Amino acid sequence: MSTPQYSLIGTRPPRHDGADKVTGRALYGADLKMSGLLHGSILRSPHAHARILSIDTSKAAAHPDCRGIVTAADFPATPERIVDLGEGETPLSYIRGNMLASGKVLYEGHAVAAVAATSAQAAAEIAKLIEMKYEPLPCVLTAPAAMAPGAPLLHPDLRCKEFGQPTTAPSNVADHFRQVMGNSEEGFAQADIVIEREFTTSTVHQGYIEPHTATALWNNDGRLLIWCATQGSFVVRDSVACMLDLPVSRVRVTPMEIGGGFGGKVPVYVEPVAALLSQKTGHPVKITMTRREVLEGSGPTPGSFIRVKIGAKKDGTLVAAQAYLAYEAGAYPGAMVSPAATCVFAAYDIPNQTIDGYDVVVNKPSTAPYRAPGATNAAFATETVLDEIAETLKLDPLDLRIRNAAKEGTRRADGAKFRRIGCLEVLETMKAHPHYSAPLGEPSHAAAQRGRGVAVGFWMNAGLPSSCTLNVHADGSVGLIEGSTDIGGSRTSIAMQAAEVLGLQSEDMRPSVVDTDTIGYTGVTGGSRTTFATGWAAHDAAQDVVRQMKERAARLWQVEEVQFANGVFTGGEHKLTFKQLAARVGEIGAPVVGRASVNPRGAGGSFAGVIVDVEVDMETGKTSIIRFTSVQDAGKAIHPSYVEGQMQGGSVQGIGWALNEEYFMSAEGRMMNASFLDYRMPTALDVPMIDTAIVEVPNPVHPYGVRGVGEANIVAPPAAIANAIHAATGHRMRHLPMNPPSVMAAILRG
Amino acid sequence: MPQVYIPALLRPCTNGQELVEAEGQTVRDVVASLETQYPGLRGRLVSEGRLLPNIAIGIDGEVSVLGLNETVPPDAEIQFLTAIKGG
Repeated sequence: MSTPQYSLIGTRPPRHDGADKVTGRALYGADLKMSGLLHGSILRSPHAHARILSIDTSKAAAHPDCRGIVTAADFPATPERIVDLGEGETPLSYIRGNMLASGKVLYEGHAVAAVAATSAQAAAEIAKLIEMKYEPLPCVLTAPAAMAPGAPLLHPDLRCKEFGQPTTAPSNVADHFRQVMGNSEEGFAQADIVIEREFTTSTVHQGYIEPHTATALWNNDGRLLIWCATQGSFVVRDSVACMLDLPVSRVRVTPMEIGGGFGGKVPVYVEPVAALLSQKTGHPVKITMTRREVLEGSGPTPGSFIRVKIGAKKDGTLVAAQAYLAYEAGAYPGAMVSPAATCVFAAYDIPNQTIDGYDVVVNKPSTAPYRAPGATNAAFATETVLDEIAETLKLDPLDLRIRNAAKEGTRRADGAKFRRIGCLEVLETMKAHPHYSAPLGEPSHAAAQRGRGVAVGFWMNAGLPSSCTLNVHADGSVGLIEGSTDIGGSRTSIAMQAAEVLGLQSEDMRPSVVDTDTIGYTGVTGGSRTTFATGWAAHDAAQDVVRQMKERAARLWQVEEVQFANGVFTGGEHKLTFKQLAARVGEIGAPVVGRASVNPRGAGGSFAGVIVDVEVDMETGKTSIIRFTSVQDAGKAIHPSYVEGQMQGGSVQGIGWALNEEYFMSAEGRMMNASFLDYRMPTALDVPMIDTAIVEVPNPVHPYGVRGVGEANIVAPPAAIANAIHAATGHRMRHLPMNPPSVMAAILRG
Repeated sequence: MPQVYIPALLRPCTNGQELVEAEGQTVRDVVASLETQYPGLRGRLVSEGRLLPNIAIGIDGEVSVLGLNETVPPDAEIQFLTAIKGG
């Protein structure tokens, strides 16, 4: 099959929002100002688990700067019902309960009340005047502890769904599912080597720079207007409407610029609270979280307990695998364990598999998506066990993976059969990369040792609906209206997909991200779907523009047929460029407005691999990253710089997850490091330049072959670093993070 | 005719068969055909006309968002997958 030739796709034009971002003109949620604006502050629980005995707001309400106070009692008095906001069916009380606690608090930082006042400082001070009485209860902080007999129960009404069927006993396990393919016990019996290991991973946060912020105005006409930092304006609209018992048409959400999300800005936290305060005060109310509130009161990614067992023949052929995945959901059900099950062995063709997944509530913040949610924990287990198998069988670790790589037709344990994928191409690119054969170099001092590790990861990506409108202007430029929050340059990668059809340059496009009244439904900027799905909508909308422009040209030239190629319309003896025809559209008909909406299947998964060199200080346990190469299948890189940016960003987050980041929890469930001073994320000084290699195995269903690239790149880094630490020290690491005390303990154990 | 991949935990309903054939132009039709061949299977997939919350539909390996309303190509393989939550 010949490779399509593009004029714009695959080039690196400047991003449309670049100038505003670097000059500080771009408007973020916290920048918003409006007449009569009040500021909100949220009072949060100091206990990880406690019964709320009373809430006395009288002293706070008497403060001269107080304009209003809300608690869970201010939600509309609607009966309990099951709702589905895109993350599965959930009781309404759980969704509301995470905004403002009712009856019990389930984690430190759980919101219990909110105040609106004339300034943010006054609101924070007044919130402290609210008198809370609690009855502290014992807490559970890990999945194994919460699953143990006699563990304190978070939700007395929660019953485990065992293989989809309800059970009767109260439990902290919300769901237990199993995926089976072949017969793993028979498979293990055929194996020459079987390795089974246990792993634990700590709770980590997405660590976006911009805290959650929202401004709400309950307008005089009864409409609720919200401006906020979100990955999905329609998710905010639907969530707020659901919680406040409003029709969606009564809520308009305007997404502001966003300072990072990584999945953590898919859920809502402050929007409904700001709305209730606005309803109570009659004023617009803005709430912006502090960093402590972000860490304690928004959703981190799950800690987990994982057991993985893999069997192989002497030649390295994998014959059986089992996984036990117990993931912390935080305070409410919904741990990212089902995607973990999908990904845990997805990179390999293993005929016999059994995967058990457990969704377990614990007294920590309700977890939220984080870049390939669940997959990084799972790959840490699988990829280190594979490394041990390769070492035992004296095989090159990449050769072992290449021998067993999933390919078109490989079936996963969940039943899905892969279409064309790039797993093998990623692994072969890693094997051929100069990094893989380069010398490790001399350690920087006598107590240091170096090692190299590899790993590969998978994320399945999402489709979901997207909409796009194109307005052709008289100067030949095109306004592109879309609903996808731009986190990593997606305005440009979407605009380029329309411009390619129209024969225009990226600079000819004027992309705008607009509110929920102005564009058709568009899913979240998440699931690595935006360039794939909204780009697809832009491509189709451009086709609609071409169709209409051909009609105009046919009328102008009085010809039957008009052709369009390379940005030029031709008919008979006539010829006009897109821009020339755009200037004459007004003479011959109505303005040209192209539009399209899509809800595509076929997102196509993405595989990403890592080669990493580390240096371990054998006297302190400190691990330094010496060299790091990320390899990922992008299908087709629309704008290679943004693909590389995703790969580098995911890699650095993976390095932080591997080496430093964790919620330090006291036995009472209090986070002891709720600031960026103590929650240690990598800085530019901690990592080398992340080298990238883009693999392009086109996604057969997408107009340009796109596969989403936002997530798969975070999956492999912790496992690859663990394997590199083993190569350097001879010690296997089975807990994240692999911080200096953890590595030192392994060294001292010998 | 479309083929249906039956997850292991539902195979007792299909006499242990992993792949079965079922007629239909939509997933809803296919489920009805399955119920005719294997009485009781529909109850493990559908409740009150909707897919159970823990079930997702895959068509040739790609998850469908249209569920029971999804169109089924004649030579497609349909999979009943664990629904992804939290992604």
